[in-house]
Amino acid sequence: MSISGEDRQELIREFLVESYENLDRMDRELVTLERDATARDAIDSIFRTVHTIKGTCGFLGLARLERVAHVGENLLGQLRDGELVVTEGLANALLETGDALRSMLRTIEATCEEGPDDHAALIARLTALCEDGAHDPDNARPSQDKPPAEAKPQVMRSEGERATPTDAYVRVNVRLLDSLMNLVGELVLVRNQMLEFVPGFTHQGFTASAQRLSLITTSIQAEAMKTRMQPIRGLWDKLPRVVRDLSVTCGKEVRLVMEGQDTELDRTIIESIKDPLLHLVRNCVDHGIENPTAREAAGKARQGQLMLRAFHEGGQVVIEIADDGAGLNLERIRGKALERGLIGHEQAAGMAERELGALIFLPGFSTAATVSNVSGRGVGMDVVKTNIERIGGSVDLQTRRGQGTSFRIKIPLTLAIVPALIVTSAGERFAIPQINLPELVRLKDQEAGNGVELIHGTPVYRLRGKLLPLAYLDVALGLRAAGERTSRKAVNIVVLEIDQRRFGLVIDGIIDTQEIVVKPLGRHLQDAGVFAGATIMGDGRVALILDVSGLAQQAGLIETRNDTAVNAGPAARAHQEVLHSWLLCEGEGGRRLALPLRQVARLEVFARSKFEQAGDQWVVQYRGGILPIIGVGGDRPAPNADPVHVVVHEDGPRCVGVMVDKILDVVEDASVPGETGKSLARCRTAILAQAVTELIDLPGIVQRAATLSPGVW
Amino acid sequence: MSAQINDQRLLATFRVADLNLGVDVGCVQEVLSHQEPTKVPLAATVIAGLVNLRGEIITALHLRERLGLPANAGNRGGMSLILRTEHGPVSLVVDAIGDVLEVGAQTHEPLPATVPARTRVLLDGVYKLPGRLLLVLDVKKALDLASTRGEGR
Repeated sequence: MSISGEDRQELIREFLVESYENLDRMDRELVTLERDATARDAIDSIFRTVHTIKGTCGFLGLARLERVAHVGENLLGQLRDGELVVTEGLANALLETGDALRSMLRTIEATCEEGPDDHAALIARLTALCEDGAHDPDNARPSQDKPPAEAKPQVMRSEGERATPTDAYVRVNVRLLDSLMNLVGELVLVRNQMLEFVPGFTHQGFTASAQRLSLITTSIQAEAMKTRMQPIRGLWDKLPRVVRDLSVTCGKEVRLVMEGQDTELDRTIIESIKDPLLHLVRNCVDHGIENPTAREAAGKARQGQLMLRAFHEGGQVVIEIADDGAGLNLERIRGKALERGLIGHEQAAGMAERELGALIFLPGFSTAATVSNVSGRGVGMDVVKTNIERIGGSVDLQTRRGQGTSFRIKIPLTLAIVPALIVTSAGERFAIPQINLPELVRLKDQEAGNGVELIHGTPVYRLRGKLLPLAYLDVALGLRAAGERTSRKAVNIVVLEIDQRRFGLVIDGIIDTQEIVVKPLGRHLQDAGVFAGATIMGDGRVALILDVSGLAQQAGLIETRNDTAVNAGPAARAHQEVLHSWLLCEGEGGRRLALPLRQVARLEVFARSKFEQAGDQWVVQYRGGILPIIGVGGDRPAPNADPVHVVVHEDGPRCVGVMVDKILDVVEDASVPGETGKSLARCRTAILAQAVTELIDLPGIVQRAATLSPGVW
Repeated sequence: MSAQINDQRLLATFRVADLNLGVDVGCVQEVLSHQEPTKVPLAATVIAGLVNLRGEIITALHLRERLGLPANAGNRGGMSLILRTEHGPVSLVVDAIGDVLEVGAQTHEPLPATVPARTRVLLDGVYKLPGRLLLVLDVKKALDLASTRGEGR
């Protein structure tokens, strides 16, 4: 064969690209075929794929690859002729053949040579299957829930009858597209700069040309953006195979339904959500959907359903991943999070369903009883959330016990060029992406003076009857001290929205709306939470782009995601004013006691042997210090049980342990006021959770203990 | 990226406060008269801000601050030294730019331990030239703010 080395390289390159695509398609077709053995098109297409690979291998002298493809083709030929039916075993073998071909192609790609692996075992298996078919066509065991296949008459198809037209598309190197996109970005910048000069020119011809140039630039930008947009189908195409393999591994039956495959997103975004999406899908199949027996017992269909939906909404792409499985066990999640120290008791007690679900996204969290090979190692969900947030998206979940769980991912349509509002604050310019900006409010004259009301020092504004918390941009950015704000004739408020919550940002002035090219901040500014990037303005200077979410956190308007300290955030604190949390315990003689949860630092259990006496005070060595132990009466009874339950109370730097017989529960009650009497312990009883309960005042009994033996304390 | 002919090296020199510094000439992309960077609120004080370099947004750092020297009262004027790095260009704000000098290994010596540690870790020895000392700036360390995070905020 007299092909030059270079030409051969080029041929191999093309061969690789085409083959990868065809093998991916083959995966999907095999999964379809397994479910519907009558899918004629699928069989033909798969046959063609393997046939083409075999032929090209021969031409390029790739003997090993050719051998595998040849045996695969034989098997497929029998399938096509009706001599074999698709069984799970056959499907597995064909899928493995595809994998083997792919792996050999990768070796060729990396080393330009075929690897040492000749896949002899696979070839033997395929050969055996061929012989089975030739000798015993009844040796067919149907795969899951398929109707038995009928022998189909062989249909000869000519090449020209292929359904999809291949001449409407061209193959373009991705680097070329990126370069094009960059240049378009630069063009937009220059256009913006040029437009600034227009008012200064009176020559009409110039103005007209400038306008036209601007329009054309906008059009080029729109078209160039389209080249970056790809249907999500490209991402989802691999999923049928993944779900199929996973179901087999986990012993589940799962049907994958996909909607909205044509929904388009930016190519770079697709790359970023590939892994998170895969992990969520794995999670649903592995943990969400129950095994067929359990499902039947629960009155559900044996086969679970995994539904993927993608659509555009409000300038974003929404991807939903929903299963009809067992749903999340929110109580277990609460318990696990408490156990891991990821949340404090008070916080745990006050959490709503939505917040409980969100706990699974905390690092180090996993309630999977068995960590399977597939998922449950506790590192997945928080990485999913981080990756999605890194591209400016958000992930949310809804769950119903016994019915299923649904994840919702929202991501921006594109990252590169966004419409923004340019504002000024303390003499600096900032850009705010319009996607987060539903409204602008301008207060003039008298309204400017009275419009902003204060709640205990926190500014708010009444926007159509609802209170809008406010933040001052200059103060939040440290550009002006709070006290320096001079009263102005007009107050400009930018209403911002994230996560369905609104807040107002007070700025000095508004300049304009503009389409800006988003450029990333350098690595030195990676952790600048309040800024999402930078852009070059018309006058050539750099302006910073605000990160609305980061800004809200900075200004203290929403709790940070990582607010896992025992001291709950402002929202939970507000909750507290309405409901009081109590720790229910049992004292000696089975008495019910309640301690304000607020006063409880920790719950500990000590072995009886750990108790020592210092004078007549019982103590335990605890966290590098000494913990005095008292009874609920402020007295010092000897510990009588083993192990002993102790409620740890912190009084400034001092720690005290109060012995109880049993810890019962945490309850919330709106009717009982929080503060018990400050004088003596146990001076109050109340009905708490439908039973008479003694309310204990921890600081009170600690004080009493101190008076009884001042020396120790 | 050092230009070394035998034991010689070509250093681009500049001055910050009363220190004469040099970097391998290959690291230097260009030299510009100082542009006022856009300040980044809430960033570390060593970050002077962001500048527009022919359509590319690059970070500018105060070399004075980075070396732990007292701030210049009128921190305006001065020059920008644009360095090439593996992550893209970075601008260093310095007081003045000097010539490109050829220095020989025989005049090189490690820094004495009496130089304050904070400055010393960013330097890579000194060349004893007639009439003055030329300190070599370790560009990689100087631009790696992560290693000294927590200082200068």
